[in-house]
Amino acid sequence: MSLRQPMVEVRGARKSFGAVEVLKGIDLSVERGQIVAIIGPSGSGKSTLLRSINHLENLNGGEVWLDGLQVNQPLRGQAFERHINKVRQQMGMVFQHFNLFPHLTVIQNITMGPVILRGMAKAEARGLARGLLSKVGLADKIDTYPSRLSGGQKQRVAIARALAMQPKVMLFDEATSALDPERVDEVNAVMKQLAAEHMTMLIVTHEMRFAGEVADRVLFMDGGVVVEEGPPGDMFRAPQKERTRSFLKKYLSA
Amino acid sequence: MQGLDFSVVVPYWDLLLTGAWWTALLTVSAGALSFVFGILFAVTVLYAPVVVAYPVRAFMWVFMGTPLLLQLFLIYFGLVQIGIDIPALAAGIIGLGLHFAVYNADVIRAGIVAVDVGQTEGARSIGFGKLQTLRYVVIPQAIRNTAPPIGSNLIALLKESSIVSVIGIAELVHSAQLAISETFRPFEFYITAAALYYILNLVLEAGLRRFERNVEVSR
Repeated sequence: MSLRQPMVEVRGARKSFGAVEVLKGIDLSVERGQIVAIIGPSGSGKSTLLRSINHLENLNGGEVWLDGLQVNQPLRGQAFERHINKVRQQMGMVFQHFNLFPHLTVIQNITMGPVILRGMAKAEARGLARGLLSKVGLADKIDTYPSRLSGGQKQRVAIARALAMQPKVMLFDEATSALDPERVDEVNAVMKQLAAEHMTMLIVTHEMRFAGEVADRVLFMDGGVVVEEGPPGDMFRAPQKERTRSFLKKYLSA
Repeated sequence: MQGLDFSVVVPYWDLLLTGAWWTALLTVSAGALSFVFGILFAVTVLYAPVVVAYPVRAFMWVFMGTPLLLQLFLIYFGLVQIGIDIPALAAGIIGLGLHFAVYNADVIRAGIVAVDVGQTEGARSIGFGKLQTLRYVVIPQAIRNTAPPIGSNLIALLKESSIVSVIGIAELVHSAQLAISETFRPFEFYITAAALYYILNLVLEAGLRRFERNVEVSR
């Protein structure tokens, strides 16, 4: 393994839903510790791209690699199941609607993965979970059920749950889109903290300001292709493509 | 006309209580069976390969479409003919259990389907396999969400358990009939048996309400 081997690599990703082609051959490479924001209008394919990285979407063509290991290996049946379950343990995903388990308390949500999948002792997992909860500022919510939490608190628990598996990369799928505006910052703050710790992150977002603050690189997608990409400064100040300009104008003026 | 005199019940009180005890035992064991098999049937129908799912579905149709009484006769009297001799109590538990498992399966299947797909994606994204996701995430939620109808099925089972008296299980109705055959006082004994069923039902309902209250928080 060379040091320059990317943490996440996507080559020629194609995906269709029925007759609609939502990914038309995407290439993407994310270095270790790099933060990439993916922006674009609804239906541009950005969520599908993110979800294909941990194989929640099965690509019709192309390859996805995680740290030198192919994610969408041409295995069949149980062999693929075993493979993908192992791979997913190394990737954390945060969803727009949190997807916390409502029948479990906050700490059970977090310890479940390490205990069942990694065979971690319960006491150790609880210690890990407590640490993660203080990190996201929710140490006092350990035994609360998710239904008692605000959206921002739920999302921070969801981040802690993903981190509990000590992932190599974190995937954020519009993590703040379902939140009240005043709850967005508390989630963004946690993501910034992760950025400061050099977590590799892919962030699908509608929040241009946040993308500009946190990302090393911004990808603008439209119609299933990457229209333009570059450092946030260049992308937001001087986009090269007309399509990017018109999209950003709408968002940055808002 | 003969006057009513409930004092005739007193010498048979122990017999009736023993009957009530057997009714409770039947309800608990057949109820447990109907719950476990309800989940198994539901999961099979939804996720198993066709060669397994279709026979199970056919079995469910048959059990839903024929009378419980007939099913009990088949299990207890019919199976002996092909060499399967099941004791009456076991036959009663199996018959009641499978009969209500089919109703539970229907409810639980709907409950599983109703669990948000985001729950499955959340679990799979952590690395849980299909079965682990069902076991730890989807089924517990499906059960919580369908607790009221499953509870109704259990209450129905408690009452329907009286039917196993026909294969000679000494549950509450059977005990009452025994007492009546000695005293010729059907009214007093059937009323007493009815009162005992009602008490058993109150206990069961209290338990179910408690479970539902606990579940309420975790939704």
